[in-house]
Amino acid sequence: MAALRTTSRLFAAARPAFKSQIRTRTMATITSNGTATAPAVPPTQTTTVKEPAADADSKIKTFHIYRWNPDEPSTKPRMQSYTLDLNKTGPMMLDALIRIKNEVDPTLTFRRSCREGICGSCAMNIDGVNTLACLCRIPTDTKAESKIYPLPHTYVVKDIVPDLTQFYKQYKSIKPYLQKNTPAPDGKEYRQSKEERKKLDGLYECILCACCSTSCPSYWWNSEEYLGPAVLMQSYRWLADSRDEHKEERKAQLDNSMSLYRCHTILNCSRTCPKGLNPGYAIAEIKKAMAL
Amino acid sequence: MLTQRIAQQSLRRLAASQPGLASQSMAFKKSAAPALIMGSSLQARPVTTQPIKPSDSYEILVAQRKNRPSSPHLAIYKWQIPWILSITNRITGSVLSGAFYIFGSAYLVAPLFGWHLDSASMAAAFGAWPVAAKVLTKFAFSVPFTFHSFNGIRHFVWDSGKAFKNATVIKTGWAVMGLTGVSSLALALLL
Repeated sequence: MAALRTTSRLFAAARPAFKSQIRTRTMATITSNGTATAPAVPPTQTTTVKEPAADADSKIKTFHIYRWNPDEPSTKPRMQSYTLDLNKTGPMMLDALIRIKNEVDPTLTFRRSCREGICGSCAMNIDGVNTLACLCRIPTDTKAESKIYPLPHTYVVKDIVPDLTQFYKQYKSIKPYLQKNTPAPDGKEYRQSKEERKKLDGLYECILCACCSTSCPSYWWNSEEYLGPAVLMQSYRWLADSRDEHKEERKAQLDNSMSLYRCHTILNCSRTCPKGLNPGYAIAEIKKAMAL
Repeated sequence: MLTQRIAQQSLRRLAASQPGLASQSMAFKKSAAPALIMGSSLQARPVTTQPIKPSDSYEILVAQRKNRPSSPHLAIYKWQIPWILSITNRITGSVLSGAFYIFGSAYLVAPLFGWHLDSASMAAAFGAWPVAAKVLTKFAFSVPFTFHSFNGIRHFVWDSGKAFKNATVIKTGWAVMGLTGVSSLALALLL
């Protein structure tokens, strides 16, 4: 068997040399073929390959997309327009973006991963509302032109890619994990009743896409200190958890004028959440828990 | 190992005897070793690498961050009930309290400057105005007052942790706007 393998390897290594001239031919060997020396057929005698003409029933929609390139920092951000035939594009905004990147402009930069609304990468401002591009249908009205911006009031890394460093730092600051002092009663696991578990529904599903936080005007003006709806809802997720034993520390951390109380119940957060969660309600529950 | 050596050597010989293969890449012709010529798909790329320490890459990031623009926000966000009514609530509140403070201080210092801001003289002055000016002035005060009052009730309900569903927020928002319109007109026209 070993001997066989060496001989086969020998053939594999030698294969390019045994190939015929025609099979190994690349662009550089065309001269050896002889055909290239013949004069080219003039364009009057050949057909013309035209740009694909728009079908009669094509649905051409215009997309205006925010562009900024960090390699040219002195140039101002601009809105670049693209047109796509909706008949040849998938149903979602992310499909349109991917099609533009694949077929029109490979320099267009955006984050995407799961294309099914569970990773939160493709969060952006589409037609004035923060949402996930993969969950947002392209409006089929071709007269209305779609506008795509990065998440509002974020620092732009490139095109529609925002810098979420501060957002993640704030998430880390609320200690988003179970904090216990006492061991489990049975030495194995911390149990919850069904009612206690039910309190976490609508909180744990958050994917931290930052749509809600960057839709909040209060967060726009105070993102240095105000935690923002997404992080506050995760804070409440641990305040509402029956197993957590550091609730007082968590509340004390929020008990200042900025962290929590910059929420003025504007409720853009709940309105925009692409997962249908309600950060505004969670924050109201924290405020109640702090007051009572 | 030996068989591979033999194969390699025979390939080199083949390559040397077939100039067509060897001349495929001009770059290899002069510099590269004959062993490299056998792969007709090989390409030469002048690649230079630059060692970067974590501290250096952090400095590059810091330099980049200084250039990053802030993405557009208020101007591009869609007009929606939640934030439009919220900013209106804030504006009407400021207008009402501002007007209150201004009139209060003016009333306080009126004797010093000889102004006549007492109710009787103000009512007399207001009564001399044309009807349109009267109604418009009253409307300008009644809109912020009624809006702020009704929206204030909405905020109290929210503070008790109720009526947070999106549909409810939209409904109560339109209700507040309707009530504001009707009641402010009524105040301006009837009182």
